[in-house]
Amino acid sequence: MSREVAPLSDPGLPDHVHRKADTDPIAEKKAERQVALFFAFSALGTILFIYSYLFIHHDLFIFIPILGSTNAHQLFLGLGLTCSLLFIGMGAVHWAKYLMPDNEVIAHRHEFRSPENERADFIATVKEGAAASGLGRRSIIKRSLALSMGLVGLSPLLLLRDLGPLPEKQLETTSWKTGTRLVTDPGNRPIKPADLEVGAVAQVLPELVEGQERTLNNIGKDAVLLIRLRPEEFQLSPERLSWTHEGIIAFSKICSHMGCAVALYEQQTKHLLCPCHQSTFDVPRAAKVIFGPAARPLPQLAITLDSEGYLIAKQPFTEPVGPSFWERSS
Amino acid sequence: MSTGEKALGSVANYVDERTGAAAWMKKNLNKVFPDHWSFMLGEVTLYSFIILLLSGTFLTFWFDPSQREVLYEGEYQPLNGLKMSAAYASTLHISFDIRGGLLMRQIHHWAALLFMAAMIAHLLRIFFTGAFRKPREFNWIIGVGLVTLGIVEGFLGYSLPDDLLSGTGIRIAEAILQAIPVVGTYLAFFAFGGAFPGEAFIPRIFTVHVLLLPGIFLALITVHLMLVWYQKHTQFPGPGRTEKNVVGYSLMPIYMAKAGGFFFIVFGITAFLSTVASINPIWLYGPYTPGQISAGSQPDWYMGWLDGLVRMSPPIETHAFGHTISWNILIPGLIVPGILFTGMALYPFIESWLTGDKREHHLLDRPRNVPNRTALGAMSLTFIVVTVINGGNDIIATNFSLTINQIMWASRIGIFVLPPLAFIITKRLCLSLQRADRDLVLHGKESGTLLRLPHGEFVEVHQPLNAHETFALTQHEQRPALVLPTFDDHGVKRPRAMLNKWRTRMSSAVSEQIQKPTPDDMKEIEHH
Repeated sequence: MSREVAPLSDPGLPDHVHRKADTDPIAEKKAERQVALFFAFSALGTILFIYSYLFIHHDLFIFIPILGSTNAHQLFLGLGLTCSLLFIGMGAVHWAKYLMPDNEVIAHRHEFRSPENERADFIATVKEGAAASGLGRRSIIKRSLALSMGLVGLSPLLLLRDLGPLPEKQLETTSWKTGTRLVTDPGNRPIKPADLEVGAVAQVLPELVEGQERTLNNIGKDAVLLIRLRPEEFQLSPERLSWTHEGIIAFSKICSHMGCAVALYEQQTKHLLCPCHQSTFDVPRAAKVIFGPAARPLPQLAITLDSEGYLIAKQPFTEPVGPSFWERSS
Repeated sequence: MSTGEKALGSVANYVDERTGAAAWMKKNLNKVFPDHWSFMLGEVTLYSFIILLLSGTFLTFWFDPSQREVLYEGEYQPLNGLKMSAAYASTLHISFDIRGGLLMRQIHHWAALLFMAAMIAHLLRIFFTGAFRKPREFNWIIGVGLVTLGIVEGFLGYSLPDDLLSGTGIRIAEAILQAIPVVGTYLAFFAFGGAFPGEAFIPRIFTVHVLLLPGIFLALITVHLMLVWYQKHTQFPGPGRTEKNVVGYSLMPIYMAKAGGFFFIVFGITAFLSTVASINPIWLYGPYTPGQISAGSQPDWYMGWLDGLVRMSPPIETHAFGHTISWNILIPGLIVPGILFTGMALYPFIESWLTGDKREHHLLDRPRNVPNRTALGAMSLTFIVVTVINGGNDIIATNFSLTINQIMWASRIGIFVLPPLAFIITKRLCLSLQRADRDLVLHGKESGTLLRLPHGEFVEVHQPLNAHETFALTQHEQRPALVLPTFDDHGVKRPRAMLNKWRTRMSSAVSEQIQKPTPDDMKEIEHH
């Protein structure tokens, strides 16, 4: 059955070939000089490093072919360090390769498995130790120990509880309330429909109420994109159409996939593209996902005008913005 | 004897009089290491790690791991007067105000890229040459752990500056946490100290990045190297090299000089790359804000496969009983990576189960002589390459005038078609190479000399191989497949018959070989 055949006989290690430096004193001297030269280059590199650190101004730019206009301070600092390190290494390796004895040495290996009698002794010792502890007989100790060992891990785990607050409803709510004005980001100016031409895009945030500060946590949920199309370009349900105003439609800018900012708008195709994973949303069809890994459209924010003619939110978002999570119901 | 030698001699004497370590030291200084270029991959990894410790320590002297909002008034004019986190501002400070700070940042980042690249090349070398086999399974598992931690450590490291690009990466990591069923939302809120981004995350990952993970790295690397030392290095097969010996050079002086010198070479090359090739220019990205992003957002290369998997996943979510399960995040972000890394860690045990081989191995395999393993490796690599390509689909699309949709669909199909194809092709290639080896041994090398025979036929003269070459091509072992009969001697079905049947079938696939030349074949040749 076995296909294994006796191997051919091992002819043993090939004969050792001497290097030139082993036999020729001139070659040996030459190799020695080369090693010394490498070490000398390293020393020069260190001097270049010190000079660059102390005397080359950090604003000095010089022209270097290929690299272009380059900061001389950074460049010579780096080259100095490179030379000081690289040439030490090259010298040492050159020395080892050409001058140190290169006779191959044979060492012996032994199987890791111990001799049978030692193994038997070892196993007997383990068994004896286990028996001496009485763990097998004293079942009440065994069980109570198992209980305490099982529970002891809970304390350090519980200590991690105060790392953060409970989520509560934080993922489900944003700062958008009925009547919140849309303001430009940056600038914090309220917006009128006339500020936005057809085909234009603007990032907006909810207007701050007195004494409130804009935090990154707010921006992470509140960022909204305004896009203006011609009203006839929409293919929306009557309800969703009523959420737009004169062709202006508003979507959460936070990707429904993994929360990146959906910032790329293609004016020709009217697609919104997320640069992280290329989920593509079709703006005229309420940001329906037409490509990529996102499973849900971007939440749409209902907008209308207030008495002064500024754009406001008609109502808060009707669904959580951003990536999915376990407690999300739709 | 020179004064230097005398001095070293008295140091040895001094040490021994206080430790009694003479015998132990002598044995270890004379330790033999085999030589092969591929054995330096692990060395490069180790040296990059040391460079990371040195350059990282330097960076901590100025880096302020805080998300406290500050007004930037520094050397870099374009961002002057902007609000940003203290972490980002201090990274700008290191880059523009501290002499050599930018160089050190670049060295740290380049060393991290090199660390991961060398580690993965090292892992591939171990895999394809079978160095993970008994008795080295522990070291393989430690290695898989180091790769996993390396990916996490690298990600946390480039997230620390809190620039627009890295903040986007953290946002994605948060979304993966949040996607875990039942506990995900809680885990995310605990990790970030509340809703994303909060102000707790940078200080927390700083502690993990500079203390916790480097500590684990140091411990694992120490055990990894101690095991290499204790178990002695594997060697490639060849004349005079057996399972019972190690052929190479001794530690002192050859390896001390070579390895020590090589550390400086790796450091020097890292410094050179950092000088001429600027990476992660965070001052161009701007500070992080969740409302902004730049096109072409890409993670570092060792995260690319994960990003590519996430990008190619189909848009599937389940909504039921008031809950949401995001398969489009869970499958590519947690389930597939989990399977890949678990499979990788268990591979030595799976292979020995299929071959039934429980012996120690210290001679490496030539990849062609183990066609199934080599094919499996090529298959896994192909899988990763497809995902990495898709991870860069936006960059590839712009550079090669393709659409993202084309690349995405090519990868979605390719991820299922190409890896099995790579397996089949690689296995056939290995078997062909075995056949070529066999021909070489039996018929010799083509000499290029044409001979015209008396009756007019032209033949090429073949030169027989010498004994050393013949041995190198025929020394490997060809094990038969396992035979696990379904019925025992009494015609009774054995327990676990299904499993055994499957194991037998897999085992015969694993042991598929081209019969190597036997001594009898060789004798026949001599009679020719």
